[in-house]
Amino acid sequence: MMRGESLPRAAAPFFGFARLLRHHAFPIAPEQVTGFMKAVTLLGPRSMNDIREAALATLAPPPDRHGEFDAHFRAYFYNGTKPSIEGEKDDETRIKDDRGTREEEDQTVRKEEGGELSSALEQLSTRDFQRDDDRLAAFRRKLSSALPARRSFRTVRTPSRGKLDLRRSLREIVSADGDVPSPLLRRRQTVPRKLLLLIDVSGSMKLHTADYLKLAHAAVQGADRAEIFTFGTRLTRITSALRIRDRNQALARAAAQVDDWDGGTRMGPTLLAFLSVPRFSSFARGAAVVILSDALERGDHAELETAMRRLSARAFRLSLATPLAGDPRFRPATAALRAILPDLDDLIDGSSLTSLTDFILSLARPAPTASTIWKRVS
Amino acid sequence: MPEVNAETVATSAEAVAQHLAASRYLADDSLATAIFLAIRLGKPLLLEGAPGVGKTEAAKAIAELLGRDLVRLQCYEGIDAAHALYEWNYQRQLLAIRHAGEHEIDIYDDRFLIARPLLQVLKAPQQRVLLVDEIDRSDHEFEALLLEFLSDFQISIPERGTIRAAAQPIVILTSNRTRELAEALRRRCVYHWIGYPDAEREAAIIMLRAGDVAEATARAVAAAVQTIRARPLAKPPGIAEAVEWANAATILEKGGSPWPEAFRRAIGVLIKDEEDLSYIAPELGRIVEEALV
Repeated sequence: MMRGESLPRAAAPFFGFARLLRHHAFPIAPEQVTGFMKAVTLLGPRSMNDIREAALATLAPPPDRHGEFDAHFRAYFYNGTKPSIEGEKDDETRIKDDRGTREEEDQTVRKEEGGELSSALEQLSTRDFQRDDDRLAAFRRKLSSALPARRSFRTVRTPSRGKLDLRRSLREIVSADGDVPSPLLRRRQTVPRKLLLLIDVSGSMKLHTADYLKLAHAAVQGADRAEIFTFGTRLTRITSALRIRDRNQALARAAAQVDDWDGGTRMGPTLLAFLSVPRFSSFARGAAVVILSDALERGDHAELETAMRRLSARAFRLSLATPLAGDPRFRPATAALRAILPDLDDLIDGSSLTSLTDFILSLARPAPTASTIWKRVS
Repeated sequence: MPEVNAETVATSAEAVAQHLAASRYLADDSLATAIFLAIRLGKPLLLEGAPGVGKTEAAKAIAELLGRDLVRLQCYEGIDAAHALYEWNYQRQLLAIRHAGEHEIDIYDDRFLIARPLLQVLKAPQQRVLLVDEIDRSDHEFEALLLEFLSDFQISIPERGTIRAAAQPIVILTSNRTRELAEALRRRCVYHWIGYPDAEREAAIIMLRAGDVAEATARAVAAAVQTIRARPLAKPPGIAEAVEWANAATILEKGGSPWPEAFRRAIGVLIKDEEDLSYIAPELGRIVEEALV
């Protein structure tokens, strides 16, 4: 690697800026730095703005980190002080994605919330921990084959009932010197649908969140494509934290990323925020979406209704698992639940790992919609 | 349009912006800079942004400004090498084998090769503009396949060897950001995020694009669209929809509808989601009246 001293003096600041960005977890490749310097030369540069434009085009910071990038740029090129980063400008969705979360932030949250969280885990571990573990292990093994499937555009070889695969058949014919062996067939592949879990981490769900996170970890480990978000007053994507194989490590990282533990719920607005980010809402398209929440939306539920309608239109199957349904006297009587009931495919008991794992493993099997079932019992 | 040398057009970012304006595409300084850098550095240009901000239009404008043919590859889930690079014409190969009888025949001859967009671009004697549209819809495997093409501008066909570009193409990739693209792809490209234009620029775009729209109408439409986009809609209107709205309202007005009414009646060309329509309907009158002031 080139050492700082051997650089031409004029190039050093640009090299230094790239190093600074790397230090703040912006993934910058060496060829991008060369591109940056070439771009600066091409543009003149006639003003600081030219340097900024060159940096934006060649170092390519992700759009959701532009605010942070600008703060570093200003601090580095204008006055050399440390930037004060006050969150992103684009704060309307209040969404945190675990990519690019900085280590320092993780640690402060861990200090504040760790005690409460670990005590909750402790409480559960004294319960039927061993049985839960076995159940989750079985759930993980069965999951990918139990999820509903869809037909893909890709094709696989099949011994019978498929379309003629001319490409491979021709190769066979040529290698057999013109003899026609039995033709090779292909048919469209079936792939498991995505699984999207939206976990409520508000105060009213406190008793269940630890269980839900364990379930989420097993889902990420077992399914080909699973996405996990938590929501309370804001939305956090924790999928990549849960990709760590060791459950304790994964849960500790996920716990550190979420900073609205045991707070209030703003289910409607957070679900709308989820839908307003194309990258996130595309997870829901054609997926089996399971919301783990008591759906106790206070006040006006118009936003929740809109969000659920949109989610239901995107999803293959939209299910709500509420711990309240564990009580045999439970009826969907609140105004919010009554309003969203027609959009739900399932409204099920989310009070125990047993019922949840059984339900998720049965997602591929058709069932009457939530409103038909609950109309019958209420 | 006559073909021009890329370097003579792209002398500076301002020159690029001017040439694009002549092709009826208004680019802000940042976008013009990114296009200028992509042309001069010989790197692909990756444009990301919400649907309807003019990413595909930018590619068309670049092709027009350089006087080059535009080859478009629309990505979708499941797209693979046979759709993007090349495919053998198996039926013709089989027929040729049957006709050849005892004679030797090269079934991997050029006449049996169907060139798909990427191979077409490489084989073209002149430089082409290649648009890889909505790369975020394709699978990760396809992205990796493209990576090879983008770094070396070459394709290896097992039966024929490696085909290198006769003239290095100008490549534009677009993405709606429905999924995160691989870092490897981003870093090979010059990157630009296109946002929605501000009201003034949008009014200018409407004036340029719409057929017969008064300046006051264009300004009103731009102002109203800015307000509408700020609402939490499922499908916020793009620039093309704004242009259509201005056009439609003008047609209705000429047909005898008074102003605020003409805008309200033409709303169907701006908002194309039933739920969004019912959400915005109670406020629409006020938004239009405020925009018309």
